Amino acid sequence: MVFDLKGIYKDYMQGKDPVPVLKDITLSVDEGEYVAIMGPSGSGKSTLMNIIGCLDKQTSGDFTFDGTDVMQCTDRQLSEIRNAKIGFVFQNFNLLPRQSALENVELPLLYAGVPKKQRRERAIEALKRVGLEDRMDFKPTQLSGGQKQRVAIARAIVNKPRLLLADEPTGALDTKSGDQVMELFKELNEEGATIVMITHEPDIAKCAKRIMYIRDGQIYTGAFNTRAAQAEKEAQAAETKQEGTEQA
Amino acid sequence: MFENVRLSLQGILSHKIRSFLTMLGIIIGIAAIIAIVSIIEGTKETIKKNLIGAGNNTVQIRLMQGDYAYEPGYMQGGENVRVIADSYKDRIKALDEVERCTLYRQREYVDNFYYKNKSLQGITLLGIDADYLETAGLDVAQGVAFSEKQHKEFTKVALIDENVARSTFDGEDPVGKIIDISGEPFTVVGVVTKRSGFEPTINSVEDYYTYNKTSGGQVLIPTEDWSICFQYDEPQHCIIQAKNTDSMTTAGKKAADILNENVRVNTASSETEDSAEAAAEFAMMKLEYKSESLLEQAKALQDLSQSTNKMLIWIASISLLVGGIGVMNIMLVSVTERTREIGLKKALGARKRTILSQFLTEASVLTSIGGLIGVLTGIGLASIIANLLETPVAISGKAVAISVAFSIVVGIVFGLLPSIKASNLNPIDALRYE
Ligand SMILES: Nc1ncnc2c1ncn2[C@@H]1O[C@H](COP(=O)(O)OP(=O)(O)OP(=O)(O)O)[C@@H](O)[C@H]1O
Ligand SMILES: [Mg+2]
Repeated sequence: MVFDLKGIYKDYMQGKDPVPVLKDITLSVDEGEYVAIMGPSGSGKSTLMNIIGCLDKQTSGDFTFDGTDVMQCTDRQLSEIRNAKIGFVFQNFNLLPRQSALENVELPLLYAGVPKKQRRERAIEALKRVGLEDRMDFKPTQLSGGQKQRVAIARAIVNKPRLLLADEPTGALDTKSGDQVMELFKELNEEGATIVMITHEPDIAKCAKRIMYIRDGQIYTGAFNTRAAQAEKEAQAAETKQEGTEQA
Repeated sequence: MFENVRLSLQGILSHKIRSFLTMLGIIIGIAAIIAIVSIIEGTKETIKKNLIGAGNNTVQIRLMQGDYAYEPGYMQGGENVRVIADSYKDRIKALDEVERCTLYRQREYVDNFYYKNKSLQGITLLGIDADYLETAGLDVAQGVAFSEKQHKEFTKVALIDENVARSTFDGEDPVGKIIDISGEPFTVVGVVTKRSGFEPTINSVEDYYTYNKTSGGQVLIPTEDWSICFQYDEPQHCIIQAKNTDSMTTAGKKAADILNENVRVNTASSETEDSAEAAAEFAMMKLEYKSESLLEQAKALQDLSQSTNKMLIWIASISLLVGGIGVMNIMLVSVTERTREIGLKKALGARKRTILSQFLTEASVLTSIGGLIGVLTGIGLASIIANLLETPVAISGKAVAISVAFSIVVGIVFGLLPSIKASNLNPIDALRYE
């Protein structure tokens, strides 16, 4: 098991009153899984991802990551978990603008204390993995959106993390670049990476092996009557149809 | 660390104008300090050189009235100071620290001085004993010094210095000429000059500044002749030559103590009522021998220039403080601007300490570059001032090193608050920051 959430609540303080954002979330993800989390805007997907990513702490409930009780961790231990066990991919890439692609990919290794030569080798390897070995010395401003996201993915996988966390990785990309990224995720998953991905788009979500719905801070298991769920249902229907035609 | 410095430099170079403006306070502060220190050092060097030049270890022991040199013209109290007997002089000479000793009388601005019909103003008249020339570092350039006989027998002879020779005799040979002091005829037997390597002698703070201004010159007569010109024997001053530079202060103090015994004997010897009153009056005059060594005077001089310069250094430090606050201000802005970057780095596993050291390095790289520019500007400034004021400057390596170290410290101190702020940012808030 990579991580395990049990009865997680998260409140934000709005002035003096706590506003519940996550309510009783229970979810566990195993090695090699590929999970998509869907839900309407403001439903708490990013909040959930931040907790899973050890960037934020839950208000109550149990969260174990790779066997460690995250609530008990010191600031420093959390940094180490984030550095060694989690790879983040953000919607807006979050690359350092003044550093080259290679330097950006090296960053997690720098914090892990890997010697310079090895750092370089491993970063190059990761960039090759995402197919950008010819763009290593480019600055982010000289790269396209899809390329930037691939650099970000290289950065996320360079430490060989236990979990790849992606918050709307295709949100800022056109369909073609988005598909490339999804292709990459699929391959990485096939190579053994555990992936949790947040998305709005049913087309993207269906790349995952398992889809979860969140609504108003709760895992939604009822009838598909939200718009996103509707879309998902349609997508599934379309897929079965497509499969049907392929078979025919 | 090295990586941090490289990244800091990259950051500084990418905001050239902003970085320069941030550094400006530091640059001005350090430049001012370097310039001031260079000038102080330069002055010190000059004083030291002068002292080495003067270096015959003489100490003046003057009769003082309160804080001022005793002037017989102003108050007639000097009559009551007993003439210093030879026994006192012998005791001073016998001191371990003392090489030579001379007693002399002195009057400044003697105006009843004539050669033929020419009246001369501003002459300093000295009544000297046989040890004076050697102790005070004077050589006889023309003619001869006083003989022992001339000292003893009231022969009315005089020595003149070059200033008097020039202004009074105008190229004539002064030896053998008769001059008129207080209505008495004196025969000039020689011309004295200050021994080379002896100059310039700093006798007082005023001397230092007015050294090169021409004085009326000196006329020397045997001290025994003093009562011929003036009606009584005036109190004597003393110059001793110490065995070495280190013993100057002790020698001066010991000699002054011996001379003061003479002053006190005078007070104590008054036994009758009448003279007791006179003694009390005498005590009121606060006459006392005090030693002034060149070293001490030079030190006083140095202290004087240093105290004004200390003030300037304070001003420069305030400018450094303002510079430091400027650095802090810009660093705080920079932390706010880079909130997302900090959040991202934390998400990638950067520890608090990593972020802290990154920002501290940035602040101190910024200020040390400012410090270096400041040092260069300061050196330039010092040489410009040196050219304008014709004062010497000495650039001290120590001051440069301290300045650069100090500017790094300023960076660390004033970078601390912004750096702590950066390292304490919550990664979530930082990543969400728009
Ligand atoms: N720091 C915060 N303080 C107060 N409320 C917050 C804070 N962060 C998030 N929220 C609230 O929590 C709710 C969930 O936010 P979250 O970012 O998790 O939504 P989301 O599902 O990721 O939405 P989107 O799909 O638009 O990204 C929102 O209503 C938001 O207003
Ligand atoms: Mg979100």
